[in-house]
Amino acid sequence: MIAGLKKLVVASSIAAALLAGATSTAQAAEEQFFMLPSYRVGPYGANGQSWYGGFIDYLNYVNMKGGIDGVQATWEECETEYNNAKGVECYERMKSKAQKAPGPIHVMSTGISYALVDKVAADKLPLAMMGYGLTSAVDGSVFPWSFPLVTTYQMQASAIVKFLKDKNGGSLAGKKIVFLYHDSAYGKEPILALEAESRLNKYTLVQIPVAHPGNEQGAQWQRIRQEQPDYVIMWGWGVMNMTALKTAQKMGFPREKMIGSWWAGSEEDTVPAGDAAKGYMSATWNVAGKGVPLIADIEKTVYGAGKGNLKDTSKIGTILYNRGVSAAVLSVEAIRAAQAKYGKAKAMGPEQVRWGLENLNLTEARLKALGATGLLPEVKTSCDNHEGSGKVKMQQWDGAKWVPLTDWIEGNKALIHPLFKADAAKYAKEKGITPRDCSKEK
Amino acid sequence: MFYRETGQFKTSYAADQQIFPIRQDRIGVVLLLIAAFVVMPLAASNYWFNAILIPFLIFSLAAIGLNILTGYAGQLSLGSAAFMAVGAYAAYNFQVRVEGMPILVSFMLAGLTSAGVGILFGLPSLRIKGFYLAVATLAAQFFIVWCLTKFPYLSNNSSSGVISVPGIEILGIKFDAPQERYLLVLAIVALLALVAKNMVRSTTGRAWMAVRDMDVAAEVIGIRLMRTKLLAFAISSFYCGVAGALYAFCYLGSVEPDGFSLDLSFKILFMIIVGGVGSILGSFLGAAFILLLPIFLDIFLPWLSALLQLPFDGATVSHIQLMVFGALIMFFLIVEPHGLARLWQIGKEKLRLWPFPH
Repeated sequence: MIAGLKKLVVASSIAAALLAGATSTAQAAEEQFFMLPSYRVGPYGANGQSWYGGFIDYLNYVNMKGGIDGVQATWEECETEYNNAKGVECYERMKSKAQKAPGPIHVMSTGISYALVDKVAADKLPLAMMGYGLTSAVDGSVFPWSFPLVTTYQMQASAIVKFLKDKNGGSLAGKKIVFLYHDSAYGKEPILALEAESRLNKYTLVQIPVAHPGNEQGAQWQRIRQEQPDYVIMWGWGVMNMTALKTAQKMGFPREKMIGSWWAGSEEDTVPAGDAAKGYMSATWNVAGKGVPLIADIEKTVYGAGKGNLKDTSKIGTILYNRGVSAAVLSVEAIRAAQAKYGKAKAMGPEQVRWGLENLNLTEARLKALGATGLLPEVKTSCDNHEGSGKVKMQQWDGAKWVPLTDWIEGNKALIHPLFKADAAKYAKEKGITPRDCSKEK
Repeated sequence: MFYRETGQFKTSYAADQQIFPIRQDRIGVVLLLIAAFVVMPLAASNYWFNAILIPFLIFSLAAIGLNILTGYAGQLSLGSAAFMAVGAYAAYNFQVRVEGMPILVSFMLAGLTSAGVGILFGLPSLRIKGFYLAVATLAAQFFIVWCLTKFPYLSNNSSSGVISVPGIEILGIKFDAPQERYLLVLAIVALLALVAKNMVRSTTGRAWMAVRDMDVAAEVIGIRLMRTKLLAFAISSFYCGVAGALYAFCYLGSVEPDGFSLDLSFKILFMIIVGGVGSILGSFLGAAFILLLPIFLDIFLPWLSALLQLPFDGATVSHIQLMVFGALIMFFLIVEPHGLARLWQIGKEKLRLWPFPH
């Protein structure tokens, strides 16, 4: 036993020495450090695994293709368990490493991103919130360091309304829509937008909350049956989604009239619901499947070389995996945008990456060059528009996979963006922030 | 040997009644305070302040609150996180709605608001006891969180129910830097811990303990049950409320009702169980154990697995961390059911005799 232990100690010290040698040689190249406060355990662990798996796979893919213009991406994970306090701890632990050349920070949790918004502004580190988080950060004059990229809950709600309107020949007057939501920050966020839309489009909005975690919805669906709505818009999360689908089936409500948010539209939601999910629609800002050349190429290149992050390779090409890849694409493109201005083949500092995120212009041509046509919409950000797109697609579950129904649909920006402005102004007043003048930003 | 009190005579009542009757303890406490107030702000890094010291102090305060109620007065409560939520939201509302409100007054009022809510939910304790009371306090947990989600007024009409607190300013001095916030939290926690320590040694504390040990007997000797129990609820909630306000203002900067879930209540309960039920020191030790051990394991296990070249990825390490953490809690509870505070006491007695066995 003692001898065995001794051997182990010797072996480990040799290993440590080798390890130290390996890292010192790798130090020479330029590096861009991505801090990843991820979650792979806990109630939402399955979601985190797919998302961060996709993110890391793309970084690996970029590295294998020569890096971000020669700059190697490095990263470190820290388990947050989707818990705000742990997320803050992870951020504090890794931030000193990120001070030199950070990649945009992705926490995949609205709660953690709320807690970080003020901290990143003080520490001067760029925070990206891909379709979650503090939506009023769309107003970059108040939130220079936070980027709710691609689209927000409010714009998504507005786009869903637009989709329904188009479906009904251009008018929703006199229709009744039930908004079934997870009773939390996440679920409540789109209410203002839906109310504004209901005034504009003259439909009746009925709001029905579901308490967390939402694994019992008999009462809510009883109420929906009484109300007899034309559509149900659902803002669900986790187990609530499949319960809603199953209960709808039991109560005989057609799933073709249910539209979920993008957190209610992944394989994790529909597969457990079985045939109850067939016909159910949801919004999404990225498509699923391996039909996108980039996803297929990642599988071939990264997994072919045995560097894949996912143990369960069947997750490649799922909605959340592709979303992780999309987030990584946007992050890397932001760094490339910064390099174009501040110097090729160099690692970018925090202020430079921030500029890159604020002046991102991911065009259809660039998406094509990346092999990511159709994976995500075009994104063009600016100082007063940190969202950059506001477009979603509608998809439908055919019983086995998600099928895109529409092209990109944009929400009603003229209606929704002033809401963000007002909210950001309120935030600035509470916090004593003087907004920057966006017309002077270059 | 190291811990002998030979030659320390008490010649006055004051000397006999001081908090730390043994000189070594007094020196130790003074050294600890110097370390906390002087050495730490100079030596610690931002990570230490933001991720370790500040949450440790805040949860110690919450644990003291729960210890007063559960450890001293014997009323089992599962609503500590909810009372923290009341404190956090109350402080936010006072700060945002009243122009020019001093932040310390906001913290104070937050504590008082929480105390009021605590009294309300303490009323069932007059009729029910033990586990049944725990279930009644669960109502507080769910009701308060629901309330904060339900009424937008309480979160200043924030569309998501999440509040983001304004900065801290006292007498024109801004508390932005981590060490400044640390010192603020430390001062408040040290003061309130001192008050708590004195309270539990006073008539009030003795009345609580009498009620805890046998309420019928306590009533017979003239302790008013209603007053005593409700006072325990009020003071406990006051402490939790102030902890909640500090949690929002000095630690996270932004809180949502769901953050104050039953999980957090359990966490605080585990702190006092592991630390020592009915001990102020135990509240600190328990908070340190429950908060810091996962962080330590989180850093240590990946390092260890890299060193031994074990094929563990991030998720596996996280799972192992949870298992080790659970096993350690069980280990400590089996070795010392009275908590870490009792372990410390045994240690002191051993040091007193050392190196002689008797």
